[in-house]
Amino acid sequence: MVYSITSEFALDLSRGMRRIRSVEEHIATRYSEQEMRCPTHLSSGQEAVSAAIGTILRNTDLAVSGHRAHAHYLAKGGDLNAMIAEIYGRVTGCARGKGGSMHLIDEKAGFMGSTAIVGGTVPVGVGLAYSLMLKGSDDITCVFLGDAVVETGVFFESLSFAALKNLPVLFVCENNFYSVYSPLSVRQSAVKKIHEKVAGFGVYTDEGDGNDVVSVHQKMSKAVNHIRSGKGPAFLEFETFRWREHCGPNYDDDLGYRPDQFIEEWNGRDPIANFEQQAITSALFTEADIDAVQSEIDTEVAAAFEFARASDFPSLEEASMHVFATAAEEGIFLK
Amino acid sequence: MRNFASEIRSGLDQALENDPSVLVFGLGVPDPKGVFGTTLDLQEKYGEKRVFDMPTAENAMTGIAIGAALGGFKPVLTHQRLDFALLSMDQLVNNAAKWHFMFGGQRNVPITVRMILGRGWGQGPTHSQNLQSWFAHIPGLKVVMPALASDAKGLLLSSIFDPNPVIFLEHRWLHNAQTDEPETGKLIPLGEANLLRSGDAVTIVSVSYMTIEALHAVDVLQDQGISCDLIDLRTVSPIDWGKIEASVKKTGKLMMLDTGFKTNGFAGEVVARITERCWADLTAPPVRLTAPDYSESTSPALTKDYHIRAEHIAERVGSMLGKDISVEPILKLRGPHDVPGNWFTGPF
Ligand SMILES: Cc1ncc(C[n+]2csc(CCOP(=O)(O)OP(=O)(O)O)c2C)c(N)n1
Repeated sequence: MVYSITSEFALDLSRGMRRIRSVEEHIATRYSEQEMRCPTHLSSGQEAVSAAIGTILRNTDLAVSGHRAHAHYLAKGGDLNAMIAEIYGRVTGCARGKGGSMHLIDEKAGFMGSTAIVGGTVPVGVGLAYSLMLKGSDDITCVFLGDAVVETGVFFESLSFAALKNLPVLFVCENNFYSVYSPLSVRQSAVKKIHEKVAGFGVYTDEGDGNDVVSVHQKMSKAVNHIRSGKGPAFLEFETFRWREHCGPNYDDDLGYRPDQFIEEWNGRDPIANFEQQAITSALFTEADIDAVQSEIDTEVAAAFEFARASDFPSLEEASMHVFATAAEEGIFLK
Repeated sequence: MRNFASEIRSGLDQALENDPSVLVFGLGVPDPKGVFGTTLDLQEKYGEKRVFDMPTAENAMTGIAIGAALGGFKPVLTHQRLDFALLSMDQLVNNAAKWHFMFGGQRNVPITVRMILGRGWGQGPTHSQNLQSWFAHIPGLKVVMPALASDAKGLLLSSIFDPNPVIFLEHRWLHNAQTDEPETGKLIPLGEANLLRSGDAVTIVSVSYMTIEALHAVDVLQDQGISCDLIDLRTVSPIDWGKIEASVKKTGKLMMLDTGFKTNGFAGEVVARITERCWADLTAPPVRLTAPDYSESTSPALTKDYHIRAEHIAERVGSMLGKDISVEPILKLRGPHDVPGNWFTGPF
């Protein structure tokens, strides 16, 4: 396959995916040191979807996500140092150490928050899209979700409202076939694929190979153009594969919950290796370019872990802070 | 060796075996980890119709359990965290708890909803909530909180065969607790507390994991010549008022322990009720030791003082009695504060 993309853009995609992979693998390596004392859900193997959308979304677009949010956060321009510090429970973390890996936020980058309850942020994303619609901007909200989210009532209630109000919201579903250890077959009827069920709501839908970063990018660009031109919500389903265990730093293929052949097939579909091989064949960049990108990333990642580990823990009094917000000076007046 | 988790598993096994109307389902029930080991191999044994996984659809699946119960079955629905089950509050409160009442007693809803309480290792604000008081506030729901491995099975079987909806709360830190008590083969009636230690200094009333901390505290106090009544409540709704009242009449002092938040929590209810009924017997103001009125943070630095531990209990008993207490023997045994034991290395 010969790509009709620029060298610069190809390298951007590669950089985006490698950055996410490096961060996740670094977390996996260091987890056993027992300094990251919170559950972490890694996205190794699933980098293409995040990296692709990262090149499309603007800083002023908004995004929300769930428990597996590191990749989404980084792709949306979230602060790497603050994310690692958050996982280390430090006061320099993006939530001052109060939320950990599953509760990331960087509003400067338009990343409005990720929470741990499956489906929990879907209506929040739709509400954010409503706020954008009211303001009349052509910014959009991106709601990241896994395949299990479409089993929740709140997903369909939110989708229904988004369609009703023609809201500027992009649902990005990474279908990695498993919810913890449970395959799709015990959770959803196979009569239709996820995007087909959603299509019944009359919203724009598309699907694709979530490990093919270029085609993901093309499909996303189309969907985002659709939304920005005021045509309402879109839902994209991308099939992909998580390499490591659902929660934690290890591989768990010894448990046998995913068929060997399936694992083998997907392991052969490494989104980074496959893309780079083809890009090099197409003379978009060279091995040396990649090496240079990787060494920049290595430096950045190492610095982020150093930053986190050198940061202070929050002081004990912070434990009881932030229960209630305090009113702004002006307050509200009765007429 | 039997432990809390294997006792739960054994209770489910027995219920499924003895009564073909028992169903067991929930996210991850047949998966390789089997809900912390509590449901392992049950699907192989009883088939996919009676033991099954489910969609991430907690509210619907609760309503489906209610419907199945009305259709003659006894569903046991399990949730890996209480926090996930919050999505089902509507079905629990508006349907399960009300059905018998709102239809004039014609039908009842014999469902059991197992919820696991999390804590420690950065479980944080949405994976660590102990909301027993919410459920106990609803007329029509029974709320069971076993503490001892030796009680787990007897309480679970009573819950499954109770004609009412029962919320069965298992604290994650108890699953590895072991028991060498002989199997009694007896059900433990819901609403019956257990006097675990006997003394005349202070009445300590406790539930779930707090009972383990209380046992350490009471034993250390005993070594220093202070003997307390320790009542493990076992059910938060209904509450065994008789046992608490009888004890307070003896000691004149009440300490309530709860894993949940303080304000508007059930510890306050116990204190209020005992104050109403035993006012003349009380020789000191009742005490509540609970979680504080803020959520559990993720950072280990912020959870150090979050949970009540044995040393806090012992110290407070001392101050109720105006006596100096040494908590050294407790502190000597302490590992990191955010894990149930040194064997735990994450991730969840
Ligand atoms: C309401 C609710 N139920 C159950 C869980 C437990 N849980 C955490 S992650 C997860 C799997 C979600 O799967 P999916 O959406 O496909 O995302 P993936 O983990 O595969 O990325 C589950 C069931 C939860 N967090 N919230």
